[in-house]
Amino acid sequence: MRLLVGTFFTFALAAIVGLGTTWLTLTRGVAFGSLTIGAWTAWPKSGSQDIDPYAHAGIARAGELPIGIGDGVAFYARGDQAGHGFDGRCTFSISGATPAARFWTVTLYDANGRLVANTLDRHGFTSQEVVRETDGRFTIAVAPQARPGNWLPTGGIERFVLVWRLYDTPIGVAATTIGEGPMPAVTRKGCS
Amino acid sequence: MIRWALWILGGILLGGIVHLATVLAMPRAASQDAYSRLAGLTPVNSIVTLPAPTAQHSVLPFMDPAFATAVCRYDLSAGTIKLNAPVSEAYTSVTFYTRDSVAYYAINDRAAGRRAIELDLMTAEQHAQVPEEQDVTAADRLIIDSPTTTGLIVLRALAPEPGLMPMAQRALAAAQCKSEPIE
Repeated sequence: MRLLVGTFFTFALAAIVGLGTTWLTLTRGVAFGSLTIGAWTAWPKSGSQDIDPYAHAGIARAGELPIGIGDGVAFYARGDQAGHGFDGRCTFSISGATPAARFWTVTLYDANGRLVANTLDRHGFTSQEVVRETDGRFTIAVAPQARPGNWLPTGGIERFVLVWRLYDTPIGVAATTIGEGPMPAVTRKGCS
Repeated sequence: MIRWALWILGGILLGGIVHLATVLAMPRAASQDAYSRLAGLTPVNSIVTLPAPTAQHSVLPFMDPAFATAVCRYDLSAGTIKLNAPVSEAYTSVTFYTRDSVAYYAINDRAAGRRAIELDLMTAEQHAQVPEEQDVTAADRLIIDSPTTTGLIVLRALAPEPGLMPMAQRALAAAQCKSEPIE
């Protein structure tokens, strides 16, 4: 009797521990070989055959197609560099310069990778669209209400994700070293 | 007391095995992966332009809205694939994915260095059957080996400004993905 209870308990515990950790790692997006610059994190290996099993499982589950390493690299940010999570009711500022790339795009998504509805139908900027200062630097205001200059609307949603994609770039290709490209600084300016 | 500690230890160890097994099985077990999502929208071995992502609908999550996207869902069992993708004015790339979403090869317009990206896609067995002299004489022929018999070729053309989206879509509409039966 004791053996039966013990076996049952062990199997139940194994199922909870095993499936629980799998669910946690896949929903949180655990992957190895990450490249972090400020608020931005990329997983260049996810775009190659060297993708690690966790990233692979996460991609298959979400239905994503990762950007190929010969195409470019995608940096994800879920909060500013001080650790404040992205909240669509707050204002965030992205400013600075980007690493060398032929083109880049920045896009705002909800937590599930969907675009966010807004009156301007603006979901991001490309390197050609963004309005720059004379020295080539730029500032993008990510805010629920309209701003002068580069305004990226959040639609007031609770959590959002920013994805910075660099196309035709040396970043991430040389997997051994980080070219320490400068990524734009992300700071929270206040909440309404 | 010790007996229960052992049961708990056993449960945690077994849980670790369950965890690893489910993570490794996920790419094969996932029913909503990119290939499955596209299977209903795309005929095999032909190019289909995907609708641009909007807030209401997106075929795949995290699609870049600045790009026009087209897909060729391939099946190499009947023959090799010949891909021809004219490059757009801004930036064009072609990425190859296995059946389970691994990006195994990607090339952009500058790396291709021509006005069109031309490639032959085949399995390793089909590649081994290509006559050697043909392989050498056609030095400009880029041959890609697909690790799986089925998979996805994704063509992306950038519209640097929203007004250039028709240009990017036109470039992709002219692309071809043809199955060539093996002689």
